[in-house]
Amino acid sequence: MSEEQEYSIETKDLCLYYGDFQALNNVTVNISNGKITGLIGPSGCGKTTLLRCFNRVNERYGNVTTTGEIRILSKNIYDNDVSLINLRKSVGMVFQRPNPLPISVYENVVFGLRIHSKRKELKKAQLDDAVEKALREVYLWDDLKDQLQTKGTHLQLEQQQKLCIARLLPLKPEIILMDEPCSALDTEATQAVEELMYSLTGKYTIVIVTHNMAQARRVSDECIFMLLGELVEHTRTEDMFLNPKHKKTEDYIEGRYG
Amino acid sequence: MITRKQWTTISEFLIETTIRICGISAIIFVFGIFFFVFREGAGFLFSKWEPLKFFFSTEWYPTSVSNKRYGILAIIAGTASVTVIAMTIAVPFGLGAAIFISEFCTGKLKEFLKILIEFLAAIPSVVWGFIGLMVMNPLIIDLFRVPIGLTALNGGIILSLMAIPIIVSISEDALKAVPDSYREAAIALGITKWQMVYRVLMPAAKNGLLAAVLLGVGRAVGETMAVLLATGHAVQIPGSPLDSVRTLTATIAAELGEAPVGSDHYQVLFVIGIFLFTITFVINLTAYLIVKGIRVQHGES
Ligand SMILES: Nc1ncnc2c1ncn2[C@@H]1O[C@H](COP(=O)(O)OP(=O)(O)O)[C@@H](O)[C@H]1O
Ligand SMILES: [Mg+2]
Repeated sequence: MSEEQEYSIETKDLCLYYGDFQALNNVTVNISNGKITGLIGPSGCGKTTLLRCFNRVNERYGNVTTTGEIRILSKNIYDNDVSLINLRKSVGMVFQRPNPLPISVYENVVFGLRIHSKRKELKKAQLDDAVEKALREVYLWDDLKDQLQTKGTHLQLEQQQKLCIARLLPLKPEIILMDEPCSALDTEATQAVEELMYSLTGKYTIVIVTHNMAQARRVSDECIFMLLGELVEHTRTEDMFLNPKHKKTEDYIEGRYG
Repeated sequence: MITRKQWTTISEFLIETTIRICGISAIIFVFGIFFFVFREGAGFLFSKWEPLKFFFSTEWYPTSVSNKRYGILAIIAGTASVTVIAMTIAVPFGLGAAIFISEFCTGKLKEFLKILIEFLAAIPSVVWGFIGLMVMNPLIIDLFRVPIGLTALNGGIILSLMAIPIIVSISEDALKAVPDSYREAAIALGITKWQMVYRVLMPAAKNGLLAAVLLGVGRAVGETMAVLLATGHAVQIPGSPLDSVRTLTATIAAELGEAPVGSDHYQVLFVIGIFLFTITFVINLTAYLIVKGIRVQHGES
């Protein structure tokens, strides 16, 4: 990760339409490098949509139009010379429901390497290393080192979600986007995944969408509050929860709607 | 006086009974057909049938005056060659079309292609046979400079066109059943479209795709009219795709009308019928079990 940049994600006047429906309205935001940024707001306010702009996976639905600018690691991702493949290599994503592929744990972890390198370049030892390193980083190694051939889809949900984080790591992403990564998990699993997030701070820029105020407060350094497709407030997490600048933020945080 | 409520009860009862009778009769018909075919062939099957000669002799002389011989090896070879040629064409094109329709097309084009495939499936087999006879025949004669264009190749091509719709529609269902979350996961990791096809979709849908291919094979093995017209009707083990052949189905269709009812020849044709029935039954059962296997797997997760 390059030290000199202050922001890894910068958007300017970002608008996004699903057909005629405007889901994002002039979002301008700078997301700090190497920190965890929480993205909060009531359901349907566009959190997922914003997150999915950063690796351009929104575009798989044919009816999406985007205007404005998004810079990832100082590079405008709508430039013609941007390779979507490399963009997605450096911007990993974790989904709301754990979605490991129906292949072994081992193959799940090296999946990224396999699709991004030529077959000849991949040595067995190197893959084994990558698997161990990635699984250790997400604290799964001790549990799974003897069941690397188990299908990823047969693990417990918590393990599945951790595996989904682990499979990003061999590609050495700079940014990890997480869309409500704990919403399908129970309290203990949530805690485990949160601890994992802490341990990843500094190494990666993490953007996490969450419905859970307490979680946003616990894990994030900065927080963004969105409402109806607009960015309402973006400050340090403490500031947002202690003295929100906007009335709407305050109402939301205190649970008056959402 | 019958009240409205009673009417409803009565009509419901009638409708239900009708539906049940329809369902049961479908089963009865299948068993009935099997029973009939079996009964007609049984006399020969249990007294004069010599399995070794039947399966391993190429000598099919059912109407010889002095020495009648009933070896179907050449005819099996005919069916096999036509089926292999058909599948060599139909599997790549069928799977390719299914992948294209399901993963690379949207909106109008997708609808259009699906309708086109259904249209292809609706063409009667005699029309396909006619195409083999009138279109493919001269084409093959011109292209390969052979005297006759009614060959295994001709029949195989025609059969492939008939098997493709089945393969496409069942494969497409199999691909549709692949959870979208797999695609999202792979896309977010930076997969290319082509890698998506062979690294994610094919492995995830492999059972369904296999079932599709098997049902295509079943279609090819069982098809009669089209191959009867297109393959040239020569009982021989083909040395190349440009040889004429005769299939099991075509043999039955062509000879049954001329064989005196109850004669050995007549009964042997029914034995061939039993053999065909068994092959298609096994193929369809396998396909069914594979598809059912998919359901069970999805049920687990
Ligand atoms: N693929 C889509 N097509 C059309 N509308 C969509 C699509 N995805 C989301 N939306 C709409 O965009 C708005 C924002 O959705 P989303 O980003 O999922 O919100 P959040 O994640 O904050 O709950 C919602 O009103 C939703 O209905
Ligand atoms: Mg969401």
